[in-house]
Amino acid sequence: METFPILSLMLGIPAVAAVACLFASPRDARWIALGATLVDLALGLVLWAGFDPNGAQWQFQEFQPVFGRFAWALGIDGFALLLILLSVFLMPICIGASWRAIEKRVPEYMSAFLLTEVLMIGTFAAQDIFLFYIFFEAGLIPMFLIIGIWGGANRIYASYKFFLYTLLGSLLMLIAMLYMTRTAGSTYIPDLMAYDFPVRAQTWLWLAFFASFAVKMPMWPVHTWLPDAHVQAPTAGSVILAGVLLKLGGYGFLRFSLPMFPEASSELTWLIFALSAVAVIYTSLVALVQSDMKKLIAYSSVAHMAIVTIGLFAFNRQGIEGAMIVMLSHGLVSGALFLCVGVIYDRLHTREIARYGGVSSVMPTFAVFFLLFTMASIGLPGTSGFVGEFLSLMGSYQVSTWTAFLCTTGIILGAAYMLYLYRRVAYGEVKSEEVRAMPDLTGRELWLLAPIAGVVLWMGVYPESFMRPMRNDVGRLLARIERATPHGDSNPTPGRGAPAAEQHASAAHGGAH
Amino acid sequence: MDYATNLLLTLPELVLSIGAIILMLVSAWGGQGSTRAVSWTSVAIVGGALIALAGPASGGGVAFEGLFRADAFAAFAKVLIYVAAAIAIVMAPGFFERTSGDDLRPEYPVLVLLSAAGAGIMVSAGDLLTLYVGLELQSLASYVLATFMRRDARSAEAGLKYFILGALASGILLYGISIVYGFSGTTLFEGIAAAYAVPSAELSKGLLFGLVFVFAGIAFKLAAVPFHMWTPDVYEGAPTPVTALFATAQKVAAVALGVRVAIEAMGPALFQWRQIVIFAALASIVLGAVAAIGQQNIKRLLAYSSINNVGFALIGLAAGTPEGVSAVLTYMAIYIAMTMGSFLVVLQMRDHDGTPVESIASLSGMSRTRPALAAALAIFMLSLAGIPPLFGFWSKFVVFDAAVQAGLLPLAAIGIALSTIGAYYYLRIVKTMYFDEPAGSFPPVTSRIEGGLIAASAVFLFPVGWFLIVPLGAWSLTAARSLF
Repeated sequence: METFPILSLMLGIPAVAAVACLFASPRDARWIALGATLVDLALGLVLWAGFDPNGAQWQFQEFQPVFGRFAWALGIDGFALLLILLSVFLMPICIGASWRAIEKRVPEYMSAFLLTEVLMIGTFAAQDIFLFYIFFEAGLIPMFLIIGIWGGANRIYASYKFFLYTLLGSLLMLIAMLYMTRTAGSTYIPDLMAYDFPVRAQTWLWLAFFASFAVKMPMWPVHTWLPDAHVQAPTAGSVILAGVLLKLGGYGFLRFSLPMFPEASSELTWLIFALSAVAVIYTSLVALVQSDMKKLIAYSSVAHMAIVTIGLFAFNRQGIEGAMIVMLSHGLVSGALFLCVGVIYDRLHTREIARYGGVSSVMPTFAVFFLLFTMASIGLPGTSGFVGEFLSLMGSYQVSTWTAFLCTTGIILGAAYMLYLYRRVAYGEVKSEEVRAMPDLTGRELWLLAPIAGVVLWMGVYPESFMRPMRNDVGRLLARIERATPHGDSNPTPGRGAPAAEQHASAAHGGAH
Repeated sequence: MDYATNLLLTLPELVLSIGAIILMLVSAWGGQGSTRAVSWTSVAIVGGALIALAGPASGGGVAFEGLFRADAFAAFAKVLIYVAAAIAIVMAPGFFERTSGDDLRPEYPVLVLLSAAGAGIMVSAGDLLTLYVGLELQSLASYVLATFMRRDARSAEAGLKYFILGALASGILLYGISIVYGFSGTTLFEGIAAAYAVPSAELSKGLLFGLVFVFAGIAFKLAAVPFHMWTPDVYEGAPTPVTALFATAQKVAAVALGVRVAIEAMGPALFQWRQIVIFAALASIVLGAVAAIGQQNIKRLLAYSSINNVGFALIGLAAGTPEGVSAVLTYMAIYIAMTMGSFLVVLQMRDHDGTPVESIASLSGMSRTRPALAAALAIFMLSLAGIPPLFGFWSKFVVFDAAVQAGLLPLAAIGIALSTIGAYYYLRIVKTMYFDEPAGSFPPVTSRIEGGLIAASAVFLFPVGWFLIVPLGAWSLTAARSLF
C-alpha cells in the first residue's frame, strides 16, 4: 500500500524544526516550535479524519528496508492513533506553557521538546520492533536534558534517577526482543503479534518486557523516579512526562505483552493485580500527606496508572477500552493539573500548598478550571475520568472481585486527596499579601487550559468519538488473547429478565425516547 | 609460489616498512626542520598502504607457506588500523606545539608507521611466530611513543610501566607459545587447530595450559581484566595523540589478533576458551564501569572506557560464530569513530595560555561556552554508553544479537544489565557539560582538520552510520567468514 507518507512527515517536521531552533534567536525559536507543533497537530487531525475505524487493522503504512536488520516501517492502528493524537494535542500547549517561564537557553529547550515529540510519535507509529526500541529509548536523552538543565534545585539527582531507572528496565527488553526476532524470524510487529511463542519462553519474555514497561508506567514499587522527576522538571516537562511518556508503558503492554505472550499474561495477571492494588492504596495515601503540589499530582498519577494496568489485564472489552480511556484522560487531566500548578507557581514561585489559600477569591477564572480538572481527576461523571475508571473497574471485576474492590477504594481516596488539595489552595482566607496580589489568568494561560477542558468534557459526555477508532482493534486483541483468558472469580449468573430479543426491543424503544 | 606473489600479498606492510625506513633516514639528516614534511609524507604512505590493500593483499591468499594470511578479515582490521594511525599523525602537531619544551620530532610519524606495520603483521599472522614478531614490532614502537614527551615525568612513567609490564606479558605469551608448540609440534595455526581437534575430554593438559597462557598474553594487549592494570597510567601519561593511537589502532590489532588465534588456531577448543573469554568480558565490563566512576581525569576515564568496551567486544567473540566475529569487527569500527572523536575533543581542552587541561571539572558548562564542541562530546559519550539513536547502540546491538543467536542468553542479559553502570559515568560527562555552571572556556578550535574530523565522527554516529548498516554488515560478515 503506497500512500502519502504522512507519518514520516509528522516525524520530519518537528525534527527539522528542532535543528532550526538551535540556530535561531530565542524569539524565533519559540515561534518555530509553536509553528511546527501546530502543523503536527493539524496533520494529526488529518490522520484522525482519514482513519477508517472499519478498515484494515494497520493504516497509513510505510515500509523502507534501509537498515538491513530492521526496517523503517511505520503504521498505526486505533490505539496508536489515539495516543499520537494525545501527543500532538499536548505539544503546542507545552510550548505555550514555556513561552515566558523559560528564559535561559530557549533555543535548546525548544529543540529538546521538538525532539521529544518526534520520538514519541515514532514510538507509537513504529511497526518494526527495533525501530520501536530506538524511538522508545532515545526519548530518554531529550528528557534527561530537559529535567537536568531547566529543572528545579535537585534536578541533577532527578535526571540521573529518571535516566538510569528507565534504561535498566529497557535493556532487558532488548535482549528479549533479540531472542524473539531470532525465534520468529521477523522484526515486523504485526508478524510477531501473530506468532505463538513457546509457553515456557513466554514467561521469561513477558518478565523482560515487564521490567521495562513497569518502570515506564510506573508501577509500584519502581515508581520512585516519577515524583522526583516531576517535582524537578519544568512545568511543560511535567506535562509531557505525565501526558505522554507515562503512556508508553501502557501502550507497550497493549502492543507487546498481551498479544505476543497471551499465556504468560494470563498466568502472571496475579502479579499485575497485586502490584496495582498496592499502588492504588499506597500511593493514594502517600498523596494525601504531600505538602508539595506537584508531588501530590505525581503520586496520583501512579494510582491512576494502576487503574490502567488492571483494566489491560482484565482480558475483556470493558477493561481494555477503559484502560485506554484512562490513559487518554489521565494524559489530559494530569497535564492540565500540572499546568494549573505552573500558573500559580509562576506567580508565587513556590509549590508549597501551605503558602496558598483563598486563591478562588483572587483568581476566580483559574479556580473554575482548577476545580474542573480536580473533579476530572477524581472521576466525576460527565468528565473523562469517570468513563475510563468505571469501564476499567467493571472489566477487572469480572476477573477478580477483590482487585476491583481494592482499586475502587482508590476512587474514594482520590477524592480525598484531590478535594483536600483544592480546599487548601482555593478556599479559606487569603493568607498573605503576596497571594492577594496574584492576577487572574492571562489570555495565554486561558488558551492553554480551555482546549483541554473542552476535550475533557467531550470525552466525558460523548466518549464514542474516542472509542470508535479502537473498537475493532480491541476486538482483534480479544480474539488473539481469548484462548488464555483467566478464570474469573465473580461468577456472574445469567439474569432472570426478559429474553434477549425482547431486551433489544425494549432498549431500542427506550432509545427512541 | 614465487617470491613476487608472496611480496605482493604483503604489499601494505612493505609500503609501510620501506616508507618508515626512508623517512627515518630523512629525519636523521633533516633534523627538527623536516618534521612537517615527514609528517605529511607519512600520512601519504599510510594512504599508499590503504591503496595497496585494494589489490591481492585482501584477496584471501596465503603467503610464505602459511606464515602470513592476506584475507578479508585482516584487510578489515588493517583499514581501521591505518585510518586510526593516519589520524594519530595528523593530530600530533597541534598537540605538541602546546606542550612546554617537548616539540614534535620527525621520529614521531616514523614510529607510528612502524607501529602500524607491526599491527598489520599481527592481524595477518598465520603462525605463532609471525604473531610474536608483529606484536613486538608494534609494542616496541609503542613504548617509545608513550615516552615521547621527554621532559614530562608522567610520560616517562607511562613508557616505563608500559615497557616492563609489556615485557612481562610478552614473556607469558611466549611461554604459552612454547608450550603449544611442544604439545602440538607446530607453530602454524592450521597444525595447532588439528592438535586441538580432539574430543574435549582427551585434550591434553599441556595444550590446555598453552591455551591459557596464550590467552593471558593476548588479554594483556587487549587490556582486558585481569590484565588491565597498566592501561589507566599509560593512557594518562602518554601524549594525547599517542593515547588515541593506543585506544584505537592498537586495540583493533589486539582484538583482531585475539579473534584470529581463538578461531583459527584454537577454534576446536571453543568450549575451553569460551570460559576465559566470558570471564574476561564480564570482568572488563564491570571493572571498566565501576572504576571509571571516581575518575577526575578525562584521559583516565577514557582508559577505563576502553577496558569497558573491550568487554563488550569480547561478548561477540564468546559467541564463536561468524556472526559473532562479524559483530566484533563492526563493534571495533564504530568504537574507533567514538574514541577518536573523544580524543580529538580532549585535544581541544586547553586553557588560554594553550596548556592542555585534562580534568573533567574543566568541562563544566561547556555547552554554553562552546556549544558545538559540547554537542560533539555529548554525542560521543552517549554513543559509548550505547543509547539509541546514536550509532554506538548498533555496535552493542550486534554483539548481543550474536550472543543471543549462539544461545548465550544469560551472558547477554548480564552483560547488557551491566552496561547501565557504564552509562552512569558517560552521563556524568554530559551532566558536567550541560548542567553545571561554566568554569572558564576553552579557546576555539584552531585547526580546521581537527574540527573537521570531530564533525565527521559525530555525523557518522548520527545519522550517517545508520545508512551504512547494510554495507558495513556485509563487509564485516565477509571478513568474518574468511576465518571459518
